[in-house]
Amino acid sequence: MTALRAFAATTVRVVVLLAIALAMLAALLIATGHDVVPALSAMVRGAFGSYYAITSATIVRMVPLALAGLAVSVAFRAGILNIGAEGQLLVGAAAATAISGTLVGVPWSIGIPVMLLAGAIAGGAWAAIAGALRLRFGVLEVISTIMLNFVAQYLTGWLVRGPLQEPTQVNPQSATLVPELHMPVLLEGTRLHAGVLLVVVVAIGVWWWLRSTASGFRLRAVGATPTAAASAGGIDVPRTMFGAFLVSGLLAGLAGSVEYTGITYALYENFSPGYGYTAIAVALLARLHPLGVLATALLFGALQAGANAMQRDAGVPSVVVSVVEALLILLVMAADRWRPSRADETGT
Amino acid sequence: MMQEVTIGVSTVDVGALAVGAALLEATVRTATPLAYAALGESVSERAGVINIGLEGSIIAGALSATIAAGAMGVGGGFAAGAAAGLLVAALFALFAVGLRADQIITGTAITLFALGLTGTVYRTVYGSGGVALTTPTAATHALPIISTLPLIGRAFFAQPLVTYALYVIAPLLAWWMQRTHAGLALRAVGEYPEAAIAAGISPRRTQLLAVLFAGAMAGLAGATLVLAQAGTFVEGMSAGRGFIAIAIVVLGRWRPLGVAAAALLFGAATSLQTLFQSMGWTGIPYQLFLAAPYLLTLLVLAITAKRGPRRLV
Repeated sequence: MTALRAFAATTVRVVVLLAIALAMLAALLIATGHDVVPALSAMVRGAFGSYYAITSATIVRMVPLALAGLAVSVAFRAGILNIGAEGQLLVGAAAATAISGTLVGVPWSIGIPVMLLAGAIAGGAWAAIAGALRLRFGVLEVISTIMLNFVAQYLTGWLVRGPLQEPTQVNPQSATLVPELHMPVLLEGTRLHAGVLLVVVVAIGVWWWLRSTASGFRLRAVGATPTAAASAGGIDVPRTMFGAFLVSGLLAGLAGSVEYTGITYALYENFSPGYGYTAIAVALLARLHPLGVLATALLFGALQAGANAMQRDAGVPSVVVSVVEALLILLVMAADRWRPSRADETGT
Repeated sequence: MMQEVTIGVSTVDVGALAVGAALLEATVRTATPLAYAALGESVSERAGVINIGLEGSIIAGALSATIAAGAMGVGGGFAAGAAAGLLVAALFALFAVGLRADQIITGTAITLFALGLTGTVYRTVYGSGGVALTTPTAATHALPIISTLPLIGRAFFAQPLVTYALYVIAPLLAWWMQRTHAGLALRAVGEYPEAAIAAGISPRRTQLLAVLFAGAMAGLAGATLVLAQAGTFVEGMSAGRGFIAIAIVVLGRWRPLGVAAAALLFGAATSLQTLFQSMGWTGIPYQLFLAAPYLLTLLVLAITAKRGPRRLV
């Protein structure tokens, strides 16, 4: 019942905030001299207009957004401002690409989990750098994770022109993943892959972990009041925080390897259209609730799919979606100011 | 040992001195926008506000300068850049200072907002193809006599006016922060807000003004990128300078003169990478040089972070 009520409350909240953000988008479109009605209708068509749009544009984008959104949620729950999901995602994709070269002839039932795991581990390791800098040297993770995002971007740029470049050495991208190791497609004729099932399972897993396990409780306690967690709860705060860095990085790295095995089948420089940054909006709009993240990721997947269609059909630059995302974050910040607690007070 | 080396726009004959002079010149040029952004940020951080949205002010300043310079010339471009940076900072202040929302998340949203908005406006005004766009650029003024000094002459004294302005702004800020009542009030708000309130200082008003100042300075940084360096606007051309500026503030120990020196160090790191590239050190991937300023930031923070004022680290 509580879960149901939380779901209803979140839905109302999201709808209201989304309506305000879309009204602002309409105002922005008018201000920049675009026709609002054709633009917005192109957006809706691009996100929900057809079977193909829903499965192969919207839901397919939801997958990396939800995994990265879960990564951000776990970190923020622990009071860690991990802005580095973007870099962790890239490193995860790079690790999956690197290991795929050794998996020729391996059955998919082994090959795919190995690639996914490699991505998760790499993402976790990348986040661990920021964790160590924070806990050992007191470096704010906000700055370090942003710096590591840039480093990951240049690392990817080097990999796809160097060690991981495709055999003909012409294009700055990796070799295409052999079809036997592609994530299974769920619906014939669409791009919808099994990653969407994985995301749902992972979200439920994270929800259960935070809600029902001792380590999940410690994480939430540290995020709520670190001093009380240490003194009254006897919690090893640095250890718990480091664990949160790791899990957050694992999830973001998984987002990268799932995207690689399920959608792109190759690594290249602009592998992520900013999924790691959008993930912050995804997590905040869901009030850091793991199940809420599934819903808000779907919403942002639809927004991005719609924005692409808007650019194609109505000539509105798709980057406008960043403005909507930013406005949503700001609106959430303003709205939550009036709430008793910052994180979700129901459910977990 | 004579060979041609190109750094930025200037081609020089190589002798150790000439390389050094060219390197210094590139250093000062690269450091100028970083110094503007970091000096502004040092003021707002002294008031206890970390503005991650600095990046947003820089990119907004860059685009506004581009648009305004076409119509009003270089001076108008700088003014528009500062105004745009200030406006973006005002939005940040509304949430982070006015509503006391989380500074970091607000700042992240502001950066996302400004990057999206500038991209939208740019592609709307100049077309999605990104028409080759050139703006008038700030002229270089070589100062008499001192610009002929060996090594440092051209580097420090044959620069556009926007660089010379820094030679005044940095010491002036240092004096203002340490020696004036307003500077003391600023530091009190950041370090001992209770004492500031007891002394009749309004923390919110002080923080608001500090954030607005930082925004205008970041806007000037963006204008400098366009009008004194690139001569054109490119989407996302701020390229993380707002974040690097925050690291520079830490390295400079929140003191204006220290911050200016730290900006020079970062400028030098970037210029060295250009030098190495032009000397054809192909054994080292060029991405490593591109990543160098970010790695340097991490290193600097690791060494210095624990020694900052209590509210800032």
